[in-house]
Amino acid sequence: MKHIISLLMENEAGALSRVAGLFSARAYNIESLTVAPTEDPTLSRMTIVTSGSDQVIEQIIKQLNKLIDVVKVLDLNDGKFIERELMLVKVKATGAFREEMKRMCDIFRGRIIDVADGSFTIELTGSGTKLDAFIESLDKAAILETVRTGASGIGRGDRILKV
Amino acid sequence: MTNPNITGAEILIRCINEEKVKFVFGYPGGAVLHIYDEIYKQNGFKHILVRHEQAAVHAADAYSRATGDVGVALVTSGPGATNAVTGIATAYMDSIPLVIISGQVPVPAIGMDAFQEVDMVGITRPCVKHNFLVKDVKDIAATMKKAFYIAASGRPGPVVVDIPKDITAHFAEYFYPKTVEMRSYNPVLKGHSGQIKKAVKLLLEAKRPMIYTGGGLVLGDGTEELIKLARTLNYPVTNTLMGLGGYPATDKQFLGMLGMHGTYEANMAMQNCDVLIAVGARFDDRVIGNPENFLSQPRTIIHIDVDPSSISKRVKVDVPIVGHVQSVLREMNEILSSDIMANEKKQSNISSWWKQIDEWRNVKSMVYQNSSTVIKPQYVIEKLWEVTKGDAYITSDVGQHQMWAAQYYKFDKPRRWINSGGLGTMGVGLPYAMGCQFADKNAQVACVTGEGSIQMNIQELSTCAQYGLPIKVIMLNNRYLGMVRQWQEFFYENRYSESYMDSLPDFVKLAESYGHVGMKITNPADVEGALKEAFAKKDKFVFMDFITDQDENVFPMIANGKGLSEMILGNDHIAREED
Repeated sequence: MKHIISLLMENEAGALSRVAGLFSARAYNIESLTVAPTEDPTLSRMTIVTSGSDQVIEQIIKQLNKLIDVVKVLDLNDGKFIERELMLVKVKATGAFREEMKRMCDIFRGRIIDVADGSFTIELTGSGTKLDAFIESLDKAAILETVRTGASGIGRGDRILKV
Repeated sequence: MTNPNITGAEILIRCINEEKVKFVFGYPGGAVLHIYDEIYKQNGFKHILVRHEQAAVHAADAYSRATGDVGVALVTSGPGATNAVTGIATAYMDSIPLVIISGQVPVPAIGMDAFQEVDMVGITRPCVKHNFLVKDVKDIAATMKKAFYIAASGRPGPVVVDIPKDITAHFAEYFYPKTVEMRSYNPVLKGHSGQIKKAVKLLLEAKRPMIYTGGGLVLGDGTEELIKLARTLNYPVTNTLMGLGGYPATDKQFLGMLGMHGTYEANMAMQNCDVLIAVGARFDDRVIGNPENFLSQPRTIIHIDVDPSSISKRVKVDVPIVGHVQSVLREMNEILSSDIMANEKKQSNISSWWKQIDEWRNVKSMVYQNSSTVIKPQYVIEKLWEVTKGDAYITSDVGQHQMWAAQYYKFDKPRRWINSGGLGTMGVGLPYAMGCQFADKNAQVACVTGEGSIQMNIQELSTCAQYGLPIKVIMLNNRYLGMVRQWQEFFYENRYSESYMDSLPDFVKLAESYGHVGMKITNPADVEGALKEAFAKKDKFVFMDFITDQDENVFPMIANGKGLSEMILGNDHIAREED
């Protein structure tokens, strides 16, 4: 099953490679990983999307906690949470396609952030499945380039991951 | 006015002395010259010059295993650092607290492919508890304090501190912190009281109980409490390879080692118990074999370990207790001695379980056919145990001789059996013996090895000569990489691919060339006398070359991937399932 794991770690050189190295050394899946400093610049917040049996996920959480630089780990799937990902898509937009692309973009609540003679660049945020759905609904031949950030997640309401 | 500042190198030396380190095992080189210059000027710790960096780390590792203190090694950058890696990985797998200081090229040269540059922090990341690259002289002291703290606390392990050469020449004020505060690292030491109570209740209700302890019991100094618990309850005990000495081997409640080459009674009791308590052990593949076979028998499992990630890793447990083994066991003993219910219940009769265990014992799985014409390796170990009165530090290398030492030397005390259980590193034996002899200079130290393993760190004969270490090398020489040959005999239809050792040196002459005593023993009748003669030479290093039976195999055995109930008992037994 897919799990979204959030963690706080010391914002130090090499911290990211400790996490990435752990996943490769123990053969855990890693679908996406995002990291950036928090409002406290000494801390980094990371969101890891992974999958595995309950036993594997339990081990992942324990192994992450074991890393000396990791301050806190939370499996977002243990409660209610929100997941968002940003995607930029460059699509062909010529002739009648220009209107069609604009419409599709509106339906998915995306924004066109760059307009050129033959193309649009569309910005879209949402859950991973929403971004997948948008890609699915486009004509494959129309897609020139896509770039996705990987998911960021946050607990709902009182679920707060903070030092 | 004098400058209160001192160099990074001097700061480093002061930090090591602040930690009351007695020995630093090392080898100099370009990147650590400033440090070695300060070593020359100081008179705190003693520096031990090895002949290869791998041996420096192994010796520091054994020093720690024997004493419980943090072992310290010092190596230069590049090849010095990479040579140390095998030693670091060995210590990591067995959770041994070490601080390894490696030199690094100067900060501006990092990443320039400089002479003797290697990304030590990157290379060691998967085989250390933690590592540091110090990029400011002002950080040296705080980093060293953290390194020692991290290495020794929680589940222990090696910590690498990589220090660029220019940092050791820069000046800073010296201040060594008294304590460490880390928001990201707070190991749990005290077990959950509710869980401990639950565990005691389960133990008291057990009809077929079993106590299984590992290296964690030895490292956590929990032996005394464990003995108390086992004796109060009169329950059977088994030790893993790493846990030998955790419970006295000559005690009647001891069933011997379990696992791939464990006793029939230990493995059968492990498989058929109804309540199992695991103490500082991790259900690894060499211990329980195939987890599916193990789980085919229902049982309730209690697991005490300081590392939460060791719990429910290979086998799901019912009562996890995260904490320091000594304190958890003490709490269990307190409940047992105070609780009236417990007092009544602890008389509970498990005599039918003991009767069953005695039947398994009667299988006598730990036997071999002695011979009057060729030396049997097991016989050498039995005599070694007698001659040393069971009181020596025994180090071993890796292979058949390691298993025979584990099976036939009865360890009654913890921290006496020093071997590479996790990584299985050939070549550790001799440097391990050095570490033990430095730890206890008057102790009897024997290195049980083979002609394959010993040659992986044979250069240390020179170090032993330099420091006058009276180690006894017990080499079981069968002219084969014995364990490889055994597997080739069993699983590869006797195709002995590259497992024969040809062109061996004359080990007697080799030893003598270093000023040591060399002995070659070929006749079984001479074994005991030779051992007595060797151990009588209290101030001499003696290299004993025992020419042993080439065809001897380690039994009993559980083949790779098989379960505890699928033992092969050996040539004189018919393999049998449980009754």
